[in-house]
Amino acid sequence: MNSLTIAGRELRNLFLSPLAWTILGVTQLILAYMFLSQVDYYLSIQPKLVGIPGAPGVTDLVVAPLFGNAAVILLLIIPLLTMRTISDERRNKTISLLLSAPISLSEIVIGKFLAIFVFLLIILLSISLMPLSLLTVGNLDHGKFLACLLAMALLMASFNALGIYMSAIASQPTVAAVASFGALLLLWIIDWAGSNGSALLEYISIMRHFENLLRGLVSTVDVFYFILFIVGFLSLSIRRLDNDRLQK
Amino acid sequence: MNTLIEVNNLTRQFGDHCAVDDVSFSLNKGEVLGFLGPNGAGKSTTMKMICGNLSPTAGEIKINGYDILDQPKLAKAELGFLPEIPPLYSDLTVDEFLSYCAKLHGLRKKAIKQSVIRGKLKCGLSDVGNRLIANLSKGYQQRVGIAQAILHNPSVIILDEPTVGLDPIQILEIRELIRELGKEHSVILSTHILPEVQHSCSRVQIIHRGKLVLNESIDGLSQRMTSSSLLVRFGEPPELDLIQAIEHVTGIEALEQQQYRISHHQGSNISEHIAILAVNQQWGLLELIPEKHDMEHIFLSITQDPSNHE
Repeated sequence: MNSLTIAGRELRNLFLSPLAWTILGVTQLILAYMFLSQVDYYLSIQPKLVGIPGAPGVTDLVVAPLFGNAAVILLLIIPLLTMRTISDERRNKTISLLLSAPISLSEIVIGKFLAIFVFLLIILLSISLMPLSLLTVGNLDHGKFLACLLAMALLMASFNALGIYMSAIASQPTVAAVASFGALLLLWIIDWAGSNGSALLEYISIMRHFENLLRGLVSTVDVFYFILFIVGFLSLSIRRLDNDRLQK
Repeated sequence: MNTLIEVNNLTRQFGDHCAVDDVSFSLNKGEVLGFLGPNGAGKSTTMKMICGNLSPTAGEIKINGYDILDQPKLAKAELGFLPEIPPLYSDLTVDEFLSYCAKLHGLRKKAIKQSVIRGKLKCGLSDVGNRLIANLSKGYQQRVGIAQAILHNPSVIILDEPTVGLDPIQILEIRELIRELGKEHSVILSTHILPEVQHSCSRVQIIHRGKLVLNESIDGLSQRMTSSSLLVRFGEPPELDLIQAIEHVTGIEALEQQQYRISHHQGSNISEHIAILAVNQQWGLLELIPEKHDMEHIFLSITQDPSNHE
């Protein structure tokens, strides 16, 4: 309940600033361009595909790449959304309003998480309108489409959780943004080093799990990876906030 | 009378530096406690600990019987806190901000509107409800901070330097407000402006280098402040033996230009005797001034007493 109060205010605040609107506009514009070029490409190779039995359909060739591209853009913008959540409150000393109210630290962190997550779901909704528009001319593989949505939602929540943790550590919003961007990028590409197939690095890499889901393979391993990721970083954020109170 | 705040053996260390050292006190309902001390004495640290913003190294804090560490939600529900820097979201309007605070304190929907209106009325904010906090003057922002602290009708209100940065008229208004709040709530007020304490508090505590060095009711303090010495000036040199012989006189100190400080027992009045004596002896009495110790004196004597230094 308290989390919802905080989330409501955070979300409102987000829309009071031009940042939220700019992000919505820019992502939509870039992804629409990518979507169109993908559709174009699909149309150009469609005649060749007809002859091949079991050829990839429109969901594989248009929808999945669209969400794949969206993930990279999110990698860039989520740090900007999360950077202010905690570090700004600490800088402006408004955090003491929350600390002296009858609210637990986890409620504060979850409230902030929810606010950003709801905003990201709005982005996801507007992105998925593009593949849905294909329904007017053809058919989508609904299972794969839903798997893509699940992948996106989990990915967004994970980026969000890490961003909030960085915001809890950093004393300045920009530092938080740079740190979370760096961490996310590293986690994205970390399996490059394990070209010979280092199982650990492959497991750590976000991209591996994301791509599995994007291909329509919903396995508990991947889902659990994301859930662990989210819960882990949120609990670390709570610990970090608690540390403010205990500071030596 | 019920005790609303109980602080026992509170200690807070930052590394090697001991900011608050073994402080204990309690506050009853309807009391306004003035918390005094020089800069860096540990006032804000103590207040932050009472409000759960900082956890103590040792000791316990109970708000209305609830331990702030064991039952933080129940304890914090009884608290209203205005930190040194008012925690305001500058991109909200006063109304929005206050209803958000009311929600955070778990007020019900119906109660929120009423409490916001009441809070604004008490702090003189009724006219600025629709304005953005960022556009308000410092004084009004401070008032929003106070409104935020009293909104949910807490039994304990803690104000950290509430009159900093206000103009004299606003200071008077805030003092009036604090005195009024003191009737229904318990108030802790930290400041380093001494007249403020005399004006609005019923009890005074002075903290110095983390230690509580004075805990006195305002009556007790004014007792301390009554004069125990006279300043006299004569035209002719007086015979000091005669003055010494007056009952209750404990000492005479010669100052410059025929001026003397005559100390006497507290609670006795010797000015009349001195006047009669001076007239009879034709010393040419020019001045007779009972010396008054003000708050500053007491404050300075306590905080500069070498025995209080480590």
